Amino acid sequence: MTLRDHAIRYGFIVLLFGLVAYFSIAADGFVSPQSAVFIFQSVAITGVLALGVTATLVVGGFDLSIGSVATSAMMAAAYVMVVLEQNALVAVVVCLLIGAIVGLINGWLIVYMRVPDLLATLGMMFLLVGLQRIPTEGRSIATGMTMPDGSVANGKFSDAFLALGRHRFDFFVPNLIPVSVVVLLVLAVLIWFFLEYTRFGRMMYAVGSNERAAELAGAPVKAYKIWAYVISGVFASIGGILLAARLGRGDIASGNNLLLDAVAAALIGYAVLGAAKPNAFGTAIGALFVGILLQGLTMMNAPYYTQDFVKGVVLVVALVFTFALSGRGRR
Amino acid sequence: MVGNAVFRVEGLRKSFGHNEVLGGVSLELHAGEVTVLMGANGAGKSTLVKIISGVYERGGGTMALADQDFAPKTPAEAIRAGVVTVHQNINDGVVADLDVATNLTLDRLSGSGAPTLFNPMRVRREAKAVADRMGLAIDLKARVSDLSLADRQMVAIARALAHKPKVLILDEPTSSLSSAEADRLFALIDRLREQGVAILYISHRMSDIRRLADRIVSMRDGIISGILDRKPLDYEGAVNAMLGRKIHLDQIVVRNSAKAVLTIEGLRIAPGARPISLTLGDGEVVAITGLVGVGKTALAETLFGVRRPLAGTMTLNGRPYAPETAGEAIAAGVFLVAKDRGENGIVQGFNIQENISLPFHKRMSRFAVLKRRLERATARRQIEELGIVCRSEKDEMSELSGGNQQKVMVARWMAQDARLFILDEPFQGVDISARRDIAAKLRASANGRATLLFVTELDEALETADRILVMSEQTIVGEHRNADVDLDRLLAEVAGGPLHSAA
Repeated sequence: MTLRDHAIRYGFIVLLFGLVAYFSIAADGFVSPQSAVFIFQSVAITGVLALGVTATLVVGGFDLSIGSVATSAMMAAAYVMVVLEQNALVAVVVCLLIGAIVGLINGWLIVYMRVPDLLATLGMMFLLVGLQRIPTEGRSIATGMTMPDGSVANGKFSDAFLALGRHRFDFFVPNLIPVSVVVLLVLAVLIWFFLEYTRFGRMMYAVGSNERAAELAGAPVKAYKIWAYVISGVFASIGGILLAARLGRGDIASGNNLLLDAVAAALIGYAVLGAAKPNAFGTAIGALFVGILLQGLTMMNAPYYTQDFVKGVVLVVALVFTFALSGRGRR
Repeated sequence: MVGNAVFRVEGLRKSFGHNEVLGGVSLELHAGEVTVLMGANGAGKSTLVKIISGVYERGGGTMALADQDFAPKTPAEAIRAGVVTVHQNINDGVVADLDVATNLTLDRLSGSGAPTLFNPMRVRREAKAVADRMGLAIDLKARVSDLSLADRQMVAIARALAHKPKVLILDEPTSSLSSAEADRLFALIDRLREQGVAILYISHRMSDIRRLADRIVSMRDGIISGILDRKPLDYEGAVNAMLGRKIHLDQIVVRNSAKAVLTIEGLRIAPGARPISLTLGDGEVVAITGLVGVGKTALAETLFGVRRPLAGTMTLNGRPYAPETAGEAIAAGVFLVAKDRGENGIVQGFNIQENISLPFHKRMSRFAVLKRRLERATARRQIEELGIVCRSEKDEMSELSGGNQQKVMVARWMAQDARLFILDEPFQGVDISARRDIAAKLRASANGRATLLFVTELDEALETADRILVMSEQTIVGEHRNADVDLDRLLAEVAGGPLHSAA
């Protein structure tokens, strides 16, 4: 292997360790279990979304609706519990259903209506951003709110549901690991195993690389594509559940950054270990990378508005790694 | 002859890493001559062409055009100097989303002296001049993406000729042309030869070479292994020089089959076409030949469940067979090596091993988890079986030569036992030695299945099949046992009735 190959393969991992080393020295208290957990927690929701969008990238598609699916799921969870006064289980099931249905519709639009993926999911994004505001006429959902018909919503977020966002497991240190981090890790391992080791994952990559060849090898290409969007939708709705559980209300203004952060993580993932293709491990590392960067900058008192800029720089550098240096992206 | 070489290459070298692809190639092209360059896949033909056309930088040696040093840094520079190349990959030569007229004049849109404003009238006028000069009978307003492959090829060549080249390089230009279209191309090459253009013609097709060659240059392992310019040309010598072993047309031992594997009855694959009926037997290799566009691929796809027949029935192993999808066909033991491997076969992101296992994931996994060890063992076995030249089963497909890529495609479908094994143009863009390897493998393993080949080249059918069927106008029009073939009758059937020059 030449130096260049090494740079492509390990460049991003080296960068990641370099970053950790730098912040450890420069920022007080960066090296502590609490700090590590905080980083994980901050990337948990975007990480889950990014893993979902990775599935659509694998089949050669793209899902721009994930952010709005997540916020729609959050609003739905709040509506179900606060206005309809249902329990946590109902709320979770409703959220997952929303994710799956949106995924199905996305897939149907792309596969059967032949709408290009970016446009179909962009349309779906607008649709959901509007739809999630209709039941409450654009207001956030919280206990005691006044409904459009004048009644007062008296339901509240159940404790079980809130635990999803607030409970912490003991891990060496008491009250250390939040539920959202566990969810992220479990989903990351699941999707990684699915994409790398099962025949379904392998065929999804084949579909993304040469659809016609996959079809002539007997794969139901349309079904694979639709499933990818269903996976993406369901993952996004899980992200929405975690978001609702953390906030404890249906906040109309939250979740703006979810889409961009998740997409950035997934695309940074292309550069990890020189994969030059969407992959679950890379996506997880990508999300972690962004999280470490932002946490470090925050601890060094960098102003909040520099963070988006830094994220953008990282993304562009990662894309250069993938497409220019490895040379694989050219074909 | 000596002295009037328009284009001269001397001691050209090129290495990729440690791999020396060209080890000192010297070549002369003369004005008004067609020099045919022959060579097996991996001999270095493509690299040579790419250096001459300015795609690669040379590693050593000199090139001279009309006694002036010639060292193009970009393809555009080579073209401006008068060295024009039509590459094998047709879609590199045309812009699919633009119309024919714009494509023909595309190179006038940029470069110094090009007008800033795009004038459709002028473009059409200039394009018409270009089209008329080579007798191109294509609607200039048609979008290239709507054209057939053969028409696209003609547009690409016409576009190259719009530069009025001194040296024209044609890299396997007939590989996707029907013989009528090839005849048109040959007529054009004759005209260019008269005009004094030096032509380098790369091809595997003996019929092309016999028709065109003034000189033959054979390449082997990155060096020139033979130059034949004494008439009459010694074609066998050229093939010998290229392969380094005596190729003799083996008279194959024709087998007859008693046990029917597939029976087709009254199958209609196109509106208005006469129905097809045929029987394929166990152990038999049957070739269906015919011109481009007579329905060979349609028939292959119908058998493979990708396309639905208009009428008729199929019986496989005595049971009704009507596949709805490729998946159903594969499950029934019907495998297809589709034509045009780049488009329909190869998954570029996958290595050899992953490409081979592609259709058989289900059989190679437990609880949906792929058995990687089995996958690797299968790939290794198949690499061995077909003699695929590679470093390991983990090699990327893009690192393989065309012949080896095709072997991987065949290896993929031979990894499991088929009942009916269909190969559509399996020798497309494959050198003679790889072609013989594949053909020999097909014949050696033919027992236990029916093998059906679709080939345009008659030679390929004669070399491989027990039985040859001729297709014309979406149906079967003739049948020959490959023992004492009446070539005149066969050619007449291929041509479909009216007299046709046998190219």
